[in-house]
Amino acid sequence: MTEMTLGAALNSGLRRALADDDKVVLLGEDIGKLGGVFRVTDKLQEEFGPRRVIDTPLAEAGIIGTAVGLAYRGYRPVCEIQFDGFIYPGFDQIVAQVAKLHYRTRGAVKMPITIRVPFGGGIGAVEHHSESPEAYFAHTAGLRVISCSNPQDAHSMIREAIACDDPVLFFEPKRRYWLKGEVSDDADGLPMGNARVLTEGSDVTLVAYGPLVPTALDAAAAAAEDGTSIEVIDLRSLSPIDFAPIEASVRKTGRLVITHEAAQSGGIGAELAAAITERCFFWLEAAPARVTGFDTPYPPAALEDAFLPDLDRLLDAVDRVMGRRNSLTGWKASA
Amino acid sequence: MSDVSTTHEHTRTSSPAGGSPEDLHPGQLEDIVQLICPDGARTASPGFDPWVADVTDEDLLGLYEDMIVVRRIDTEATALQRQGELALWAPLLGQEAAQIGSGRALRSDDFVFSSYREHGVAYTRGARFGDLLSFWRGTTASGWDPYSIGMATPAVIIGAQTLHATGYALGCKHDGVDSVAVAYFGDGATSQGDVNEAMVFAASFQAPVIFFCQNNQWAISEPVGLQAQRHISDRAPGFGIPSMRVDGNDVLAVLAATRIALDRARRGGGPTFIEAVTYRMGPHTTSDDPKRYRPTGELDEWAAKDPITRLGRLLEGRGVLTEDVATRVQQKADAVAYEMRAACVALERHPDPLTVFDQVYSGPHSGLERQKSQYAAYLASLDGAQS
Ligand SMILES: Cc1ncc(C[n+]2csc(CCOP(=O)(O)OP(=O)(O)O)c2C)c(N)n1
Ligand SMILES: [Mg+2]
Repeated sequence: MTEMTLGAALNSGLRRALADDDKVVLLGEDIGKLGGVFRVTDKLQEEFGPRRVIDTPLAEAGIIGTAVGLAYRGYRPVCEIQFDGFIYPGFDQIVAQVAKLHYRTRGAVKMPITIRVPFGGGIGAVEHHSESPEAYFAHTAGLRVISCSNPQDAHSMIREAIACDDPVLFFEPKRRYWLKGEVSDDADGLPMGNARVLTEGSDVTLVAYGPLVPTALDAAAAAAEDGTSIEVIDLRSLSPIDFAPIEASVRKTGRLVITHEAAQSGGIGAELAAAITERCFFWLEAAPARVTGFDTPYPPAALEDAFLPDLDRLLDAVDRVMGRRNSLTGWKASA
Repeated sequence: MSDVSTTHEHTRTSSPAGGSPEDLHPGQLEDIVQLICPDGARTASPGFDPWVADVTDEDLLGLYEDMIVVRRIDTEATALQRQGELALWAPLLGQEAAQIGSGRALRSDDFVFSSYREHGVAYTRGARFGDLLSFWRGTTASGWDPYSIGMATPAVIIGAQTLHATGYALGCKHDGVDSVAVAYFGDGATSQGDVNEAMVFAASFQAPVIFFCQNNQWAISEPVGLQAQRHISDRAPGFGIPSMRVDGNDVLAVLAATRIALDRARRGGGPTFIEAVTYRMGPHTTSDDPKRYRPTGELDEWAAKDPITRLGRLLEGRGVLTEDVATRVQQKADAVAYEMRAACVALERHPDPLTVFDQVYSGPHSGLERQKSQYAAYLASLDGAQS
């Protein structure tokens, strides 16, 4: 057990992956000497050399497209996209090639590519540096999409993603890179595809992933002071979604609140709300509630507090599903 | 006037240090346009001199003042960031000549599509200081209205603006006007697909666009050698676009090259590529630490080729830049910095939260209206809870 930041845990996981399998190669902009703009690849080029940790020319389509070729050749490329908003030049390669090659070749070609994406807001950045594009990828067949929320998961999930024979979009909660926690090599071994129940509760199920997991835990703590018992679930995998623990939880609580920074329409929350309503309709005491970013571009920093779900907005949604007075429906449980 | 601007057609008349043919990169001509040497000497260039023959000492002094002012703007903005008044700043330090020499060659009906470091170009277009800073302060999505100064808002997505410039230029051509679009981008950007596609489109349509690449030697921590194995200017001819490689720290050479490209574009000759060889003397942004990657000595090497110092030397030698004049120029720069600081701190830091929904669409959008009214109710409920 060592205490480290989430960023350092990723660095340590990457180091392990590079050491364990010499087919693992890292590609990205400024990941060599600089160690990445968030230092997640710090010192890895020094340790493993420039053939394993490759500073690429400045082109995301180039990064992903050459990773496809390397994967054809038996490598396990790990691509770093510098910021969420810069993934779009590589979008075509991801959606039209990476995601489909296994299917297209009827299983002959594997695409064990990991695409690391620092995502989300809350760091006061300029345009394109705070986005949450995960739903585009969860909507795309052939990709696995996961997100970590703490150092231990960062460390184990990145290694599992790299070892996975399918392409994995790995969303890193950038504003939590500095979050500290214990990391051990043999954690509980919960596979990256599984959701994790973080706090047991009986009144409301609150599902979050990535950067909003600590916010959800804060909300649960605050609600507990008022006598409301919240079960917080860290989704971890956005595609596929591990519904079993959420179903079990909602059958117990009868109430579901989902939160993410990404826009609401067509988001992960919409999928969860629909699927849980289908599966748990008779157990639901209230309509599932979503607390999300708005259907707007990510705003300039001065407005990001308005945009980002926070403790108060989560508690307002908790009040709503509890049938207490709330901003949306007054005293009623549904609009 | 002979067409001096096709690749390798022009001859170098001044010899940079160590420029004997044996020292050159194999297969590569050391081929760079320079009219003012680092020591301030004016060198002759039969191909380029005619394009700046009309430039008086007074004009040169104007360019000098511009460069002093934009360097002062840059220093002040960096200070504002350090003091917490700006969230971020991308310094232009070292690139003043590339930006002033090109920016001052343009007409008001030309249109600039830039990246995030072209504060000097924005200054030549007449951007107001508040508009220059609001993006970096994080108070607005962008500063100026593009149509008000003939310059698009800065593109952060590397290379995207080069296609926009090409399309704008195509529009000018179809409209039968002789306005020109200018795309500014970096050495790193030349690796992006968009930039290469822009050159294909521009050549195919013979669009009146200038590709102005500031090769400042670095893309964050990546040296230009990672993006290009030959001079960047060598690429354009393969797309059918004539190119020039100019000393980007020589404001007069940049002015001449830009005028040549503008003239060609206005007369229906299509696109031109200019590689302005310069140096990013500061960090990539105020968040960057170049100590992690910049070789020792490199900064000093380029400081010796400083764009402002060399023009200062030339003007001093001609008796134009006297002590009095230098003081006046510095006073002007300080006044600009003062005005800019005032404009910066006046920018609203706490806009109305409901403005987060503004300007997403040109008209009402039912989904967004609903979110806005729900959020308004939520904010009102917080007020209620407080009172
Ligand atoms: C599509 C995209 N990918 C990555 C980035 C991150 N990024 C910002 S600036 C930069 C380097 C750009 O270098 P260059 O084009 O030489 O311009 P300079 O910063 O030197 O002016 C990078 C990689 C980005 N803004 N957009
Ligand atoms: Mg550069």
